[in-house]
Amino acid sequence: MSAADILHDDLTQRPPLVTGRQDSASVTETVCSVAEQARPPAAWYLAFAVSSSLTLALLAAIVYLIVTGVGVWGNNSPVFWGFPIINFVFWVGIGHAGTLISAILFLFRQKWRTSINRFAEAMTIFAVVCAGLFPAIHVGRIWLVYWMAPYPNQMAMWPQFRSPLMWDVFAVSTYATVSALFWYLGMIPDLATLRDRAKTTLRRVLYGLAAMGWRGSARQWHVYERAYLLLAALATPLVLSVHSVVSFDFATAQLPGWHTTIFPPYFVAGAIFSGFAMVVTLMVPARAFFGLKDLVTVRHLENMCKVILATGCMVGYAYLIEFFIAWYGGNPYEQFAFINRGLGPYAWAYWIMVSCNVLVPQIFWFKRARTTPWIMFLAAILVNVGMWFERFVIVVTSLSRDFLPSSWGEFTPTPIDLLMLVGSFGLFFTLFLLFVRYLPMVAMAEVKTVLPGAHGEEH
Amino acid sequence: MTDNETTTAETTPQPAVAGLLAEFSSAEVLRAAAEGVRDEGYSRWDVHSPFPVHGIERAMGMRPTVLPWVVLGAGLFGAAAALFLQWWTNATSFDTSLPNALRGYDWKVSGKPAFSLPANVPIIFEIVILFSALAAFGGVFALCRLPRYAHPVFTSRRFGRATTDRFFIAIDAEDPKFDEAATGRLLESLGATAVETCREPAAGHRVPWGVRWGVITLVVLALVPLALAAQYRSMTKRRPRIHPVQDMDFQPKAKAQAASPLFADGRAARPPVAGTVARDALRDDEHFYQGYTMKKVDGEVAEKSEEMVKDFFDTFPEQVTISRAAALRGQARYEIYCATCHGLSGAGDGMTAARALERRDRDWATPVSFHTPDVRGQPVGQIYDTITNGIRKMPGYAAQIPPDDRWAIVLYVRALQRSRFATMDDVPADVRPQLR
Repeated sequence: MSAADILHDDLTQRPPLVTGRQDSASVTETVCSVAEQARPPAAWYLAFAVSSSLTLALLAAIVYLIVTGVGVWGNNSPVFWGFPIINFVFWVGIGHAGTLISAILFLFRQKWRTSINRFAEAMTIFAVVCAGLFPAIHVGRIWLVYWMAPYPNQMAMWPQFRSPLMWDVFAVSTYATVSALFWYLGMIPDLATLRDRAKTTLRRVLYGLAAMGWRGSARQWHVYERAYLLLAALATPLVLSVHSVVSFDFATAQLPGWHTTIFPPYFVAGAIFSGFAMVVTLMVPARAFFGLKDLVTVRHLENMCKVILATGCMVGYAYLIEFFIAWYGGNPYEQFAFINRGLGPYAWAYWIMVSCNVLVPQIFWFKRARTTPWIMFLAAILVNVGMWFERFVIVVTSLSRDFLPSSWGEFTPTPIDLLMLVGSFGLFFTLFLLFVRYLPMVAMAEVKTVLPGAHGEEH
Repeated sequence: MTDNETTTAETTPQPAVAGLLAEFSSAEVLRAAAEGVRDEGYSRWDVHSPFPVHGIERAMGMRPTVLPWVVLGAGLFGAAAALFLQWWTNATSFDTSLPNALRGYDWKVSGKPAFSLPANVPIIFEIVILFSALAAFGGVFALCRLPRYAHPVFTSRRFGRATTDRFFIAIDAEDPKFDEAATGRLLESLGATAVETCREPAAGHRVPWGVRWGVITLVVLALVPLALAAQYRSMTKRRPRIHPVQDMDFQPKAKAQAASPLFADGRAARPPVAGTVARDALRDDEHFYQGYTMKKVDGEVAEKSEEMVKDFFDTFPEQVTISRAAALRGQARYEIYCATCHGLSGAGDGMTAARALERRDRDWATPVSFHTPDVRGQPVGQIYDTITNGIRKMPGYAAQIPPDDRWAIVLYVRALQRSRFATMDDVPADVRPQLR
């Protein structure tokens, strides 16, 4: 099946999942050669240099923050929550797409997920790392952050479990743990493949340790498959609950523009939207640089664009219904809050958000846009910009102008705010580049399972 | 044909045979071969593939794993644990024999009920997922008996392709039906492209010395902080603890007695602006608070102080009630503050005065008797002023005696004076018979 034919929709048979004549050996070779090459392409070094510099800048900014105090940020009265929570929600949302691809598409038996799920899960892990950073450092006295854990202490103090911020602690920690377990479990057979192909002792020992002695035994595959299904079934409600709990940080407050029941589904849809956009942003260059075009075909990209379109429409609907409910509900504060978003001092951010989140994905109605990598790459970047601004609009406009006009105020980000935002991208890309270099980017064992003729004729 | 793995020489004893390993080239043949091995009655054998082959469980006669039940149990336990945690810590405060650190603390928030199941649901949900996922993950390793880094199949060079694209059946030598030759023929008949004998790893199952010593070193190093902690807890220390995080211990603020380079007088505390009066400190009632008003020598109130003299009031201020109670109060106060020098009768013969005379104290000035014409002629305001500010050697008592008590003492002094010069007419009629 050639690259051109894969887009042809033949309704009498399933579309092929890979292009070129692929068998287990060629899939293994394609994926392992990336991790096994002595020197990655020069672009990798350039990207790594940039991202690791940004990561170092981020670390320096964090040290400065801890030593000096939270005043280095722009958070002030009345906008007490600023960039840190915006960045946190942004990164956590991005992570959700990986779990959706791994777990939810698995439950829906969407076999095409096998080419992208490892990549997307790695993106989830790294996004959650970036996300978890911000709540940790924003507490002011980070040396006491262990007070959030329910440990018996001489003060007889326990956390307030009824608070959404505590729910957040548990939800994001659970999400990080389960995603990491799921990712690692899925990687074990592929690490075994790398172990068996390793040419140097160091690689054989390191991959071998990580592979836990996996030998592909059918009895082990049986237990493994059951565990994979169970983890997928667990991760599905988890991903829905985590971003719902994140939305509760806002929805359980009384602030106009925040106190609305649409937040949980709206946030989850937005998370999937931004996450898929980030997967596209990463995948389009990666498949070109690392020769994965036969495994991550244009059809995969098209499917992802369709998901982006669907969730983008959901997000657009949420924007409209918020206005409708504010009008229908008759609450003057809520009505003002939404008019203020579109026409107030932060209207520029609002209109960036609307154009990037609602207008840009509409190009994916056109097949040409869905199947041209550079178009979807640009669109995906704009979608992520729009989703960052959505969180900005939600946090800053609602806080800067709430009930009492005498309490209104402006928010100005400081250079440290901006440095940490950019630095978090550096951290994300650093981890991602390391993943791409040393670990199997595609779930080989799963792709082999879905190759045509892999299992022969069953009686 | 059976391949024999030869070592360096025929005479060195070879490790024991662990089993036979047969290679297959496709999943279909593999599945049929597995059925064949199963039907022959083998029990200790396994199939190896780079991906899970559909239908292989049935072909092998494998029973479903118990993992789902383990996960369910872990999830239910997680639900109970999370519910108990939140109930115990946020909704109870039982006084038990447990250490205080384990006691719950049911603090009321906005009058809401102490136990709130809806608010506890998110954390219960997350803990269920977490425990279930941990059980699934741990269960895989436990049920697969991993990690296991040494296994006889790894001695086969061919087996390296088991994780790429080749399929294998391995039959364990421990199986009761195992016979190296017969089992080998069976496997070939089932379509194996190659059959080889696997032997136990030459080094056995010993952990490499580097790993063993590395683990021992790490364990020993990990015990060092614990030992230090135990030592420090058991001894008394002379020096204060290290306090690395100063928090707000040292604040750059000006305290009352601190020095300050900013001001000319070098003090951080600023005196009040001239004319400042503290609340309730405006003593503008001269009659009550001072007992006098300032007047010019010729009788008018003047501006310049050197021309001013005190013009004492000769009546009690209107705040003071002339009553028996006030006089008794004055008597009590007098006996506390004044009687030591002035004596109980006001004649200037108190204990202090007597002692000073006895010692022939050269700095002593005898208190004037109240019963002299001078003192008897003083207006009450002057007596009040003497109590307040002192006179000659007598100190002022303004700090010890509040104004109303001072007026009560003045009233009592007047009573003492009157008592010395009383006539029979001053005595009440019902007491006169006692005096005759």
